[in-house]
Amino acid sequence: MRLIFALILTALASLPARAEVDIQSVTSPGGLTAWLVEEPSIPFVALEIRFRGGASLDRPGKRGAVNLMTALLEEGAGDMDARAFARGAEVIAASYDFDASNDAVAISTRFLTENRAASVALLKAALQKPRFDEEAIERVRRQVLSIIQSDQKDPDDIASQTFNQIAYGDHPYGSSLNGTLESVAALTRDDLLAAHSDVLARDRIYIGAVGDITPEELGALVDDLLGDLPATGADMPRMAEVTIPPGVTVVDFATPQSVAIFGQKGIKQDDPDFFAATILNHVIGGGSFESRLMSEVREKRGLTYGVYSYLVPRDLAEVYMGNVSSANDRIAQAIAVIREEWDKAAAEGITSQELQDAKTYITGAYPLRFDGNGPIANILVGMQMIGLPIDYIPTRNDKVEAVTLEDVTRVAGELLDPEGLHFVVVGQPVGVESTGN
Amino acid sequence: MFKAPIFAALAAVFLPFAAGHATANEAVSHFTLENGMDVVVVEDHRAPVVQQMVWYRAGSADEPKGASGVAHFLEHLLFKATDKMDSGEFSATVAANGGRDNAFTSYDYTAYFQRVAADRLELMMRMESDRMRNIRLTPDNIRTERDVILEERNQRTENNPSALLNEQMNAAQYLNHRYGVPIIGWKHEMQTLDLDDALSFYETYYSPNNAILVVSGDVEPEEVRVLAEKYYGVIPANPDLPERLRTEEPPQNAERRLVFRDPRVAQPYVSRSYLAPERDPGEQEKAAALTILAEILGGGTTSFLAEKMQFDTQVATYTAAYYRGSSLDDTTFNFIVVPAEGVTLQQAEDALDAALADFTETGVDAEQLDRIKLQIRASQIYARDDADSVANRYGQALAMGMTVQDVQDWPNVLEAVTAQDIMQAAGEVLDRRASVTGWLMKAEAAQ
Repeated sequence: MRLIFALILTALASLPARAEVDIQSVTSPGGLTAWLVEEPSIPFVALEIRFRGGASLDRPGKRGAVNLMTALLEEGAGDMDARAFARGAEVIAASYDFDASNDAVAISTRFLTENRAASVALLKAALQKPRFDEEAIERVRRQVLSIIQSDQKDPDDIASQTFNQIAYGDHPYGSSLNGTLESVAALTRDDLLAAHSDVLARDRIYIGAVGDITPEELGALVDDLLGDLPATGADMPRMAEVTIPPGVTVVDFATPQSVAIFGQKGIKQDDPDFFAATILNHVIGGGSFESRLMSEVREKRGLTYGVYSYLVPRDLAEVYMGNVSSANDRIAQAIAVIREEWDKAAAEGITSQELQDAKTYITGAYPLRFDGNGPIANILVGMQMIGLPIDYIPTRNDKVEAVTLEDVTRVAGELLDPEGLHFVVVGQPVGVESTGN
Repeated sequence: MFKAPIFAALAAVFLPFAAGHATANEAVSHFTLENGMDVVVVEDHRAPVVQQMVWYRAGSADEPKGASGVAHFLEHLLFKATDKMDSGEFSATVAANGGRDNAFTSYDYTAYFQRVAADRLELMMRMESDRMRNIRLTPDNIRTERDVILEERNQRTENNPSALLNEQMNAAQYLNHRYGVPIIGWKHEMQTLDLDDALSFYETYYSPNNAILVVSGDVEPEEVRVLAEKYYGVIPANPDLPERLRTEEPPQNAERRLVFRDPRVAQPYVSRSYLAPERDPGEQEKAAALTILAEILGGGTTSFLAEKMQFDTQVATYTAAYYRGSSLDDTTFNFIVVPAEGVTLQQAEDALDAALADFTETGVDAEQLDRIKLQIRASQIYARDDADSVANRYGQALAMGMTVQDVQDWPNVLEAVTAQDIMQAAGEVLDRRASVTGWLMKAEAAQ
């Protein structure tokens, strides 16, 4: 019976679903570019706006300023204090999400067609007339300080912050965008105003919209919403230099299960070999139950609930990372198995069956990402930020299909660095010690 | 604005209300196969994608004594071999078709799902129906997978003081009901789970007359009916399916308090829980009032507790109220208060009780109630953008013994809630004498 499944599978696998997404590029009268997918069947719009640079634009000594500034955008604007702003959003059933990352400040919104004008007016006030009231600053500062304190006692956060510090040193990528207890405590209202003018500028905006709106309406909307922002902001942050030494860093922390993050040098998203690397990573630890790491560490040995690897191509640096958690007395074995798999893949690459399975998965899963106005708006902005052409979507799976076994074998040899793979282990691991780097 | 990260997990369990309560314009069909299996179809033809879910009316609260965690353990084991498939072949086949699959277990249900291109639905049904009756487990499966769930417990609970406090709070809240036992199981019982435990639970509960099929996405109801009859319809009903007889909580006559100290705690807080009625078939009014009460008291920046404890005074860094109405038996109404720097847990708790007493005096703000109802109406529009979450809602409700009609009535029941209903529900539930209060504290210094 297994054979019958296999036959069905081959027959179906040649026909992956296609993502039918009709993207228009809209240039507003004021000169802003937005990508749009018209979807009039439900009377609302998802609008995604990003400002490149994000928290990496924190000025020296002001780590946490962009994050705190972003958090305060919805805490009072124009003639509204924090509560008036929140009530204003509730009355029109609009939602606004403001988020800072090390590559961008992202604003994700959705609003009903019937309340479009009021929804845009409210967002415009938040972006252009934030009040940064002392009361709000202190209240949100206390929340951020509480989060920083919690992160210091959370093994996952300790692990990722330790890894980032090792990998990126004093570049902004090397520290938490929340800032430190000291840096956040010292931030002033002027610092927040500076962060605002550094980040929220027209020369770094990316816009995606999906829903019940025409190109003309969107053009007018973005001009109204963003046209009055300053033309330019701060210089973009410098690239990070990735310096991951080989070895192990153990952070002693009294908890029953050790959390490990591992990593090595990565590969850029615009590298011609990126799809070969994506396939390679899928086979090694790319998130499915069938990856080699899941099979060896979890399914065969029961050493963890989950083990994953992932390519991390960011604006200012790229790394190849993974993570695993195992009880303190079993983490050493999990690490040994991962190292073996890294060795094996570097030396031998993958099999043609694995290549085929990875391709069917990666091509078949692609259309599943386009599931709703918000997710599609996100994809539209992501495509613009990494410089993909507007007609990329229907061509993407062909690029995956074009990867050969030779490509993957070569990339495995070039990319995978078993000697250079560094493990950060937080916990009280038995039989694992720092290598003194 | 911010949710402190320690509560992210809690918020995910107690579904926020803005997640939507859709019915208007929803393309939902429902029918029952001859063997008793319920089928719900939620159509969304905007993308060529489909999701299949199969829900079993069996969760951790249905487990036999001494075998806590077996419902979840069995969920893991359903990805092993069947008569027709090798261990791991199920997920491998889904993946090789570009799909994603997973499963989850709660107190009252266990559910399995796949998201895949719409033309692969038949293959998914063939495999899902196969493992409803035909799993074949080996002693080796038991050994390794038991290690996996123990590591899962390590990751979710043992490594997380908030999760450990929650576990103790639930145990204190439920003296006589299985909701007091964690879904993942007590560690010492998980360590002894064996093949017989898993198979006994499987044989008892996994049958078409105890299951709900929910298909959402680019499908026609008729197509689903034909496939469902072909794959699930041929499986005989289990005539010995037990009734879900659960023990009931006795009246709570004494306040319960506990303190959990852990050196890994960075941010102490107060957690409060009250036993509360759940949504019942044809009788959702009380639950609707409590749902809106949670929003009024602790639903964000404009809520009553935020007003009193974060704005008028700065006693708290964070406040929230949660109510989980979807439950087979009595559920809970919960508060969290994270005190500001320099404020003791006792002061934070006193401020919470003072605010609640104040609310009893002042009553519901009519404007706030209007805004909440407006958002309920809007959430029905937004929900049409997410057929899978609509599907999820139907599956969950039917697994709790509710009907399709109950789910479709819910927005109207919420809409009909009055200020008086809310105050009455608050009076009935928020009785300090029938509460559980937990303090999460640092180990080194008492406050």
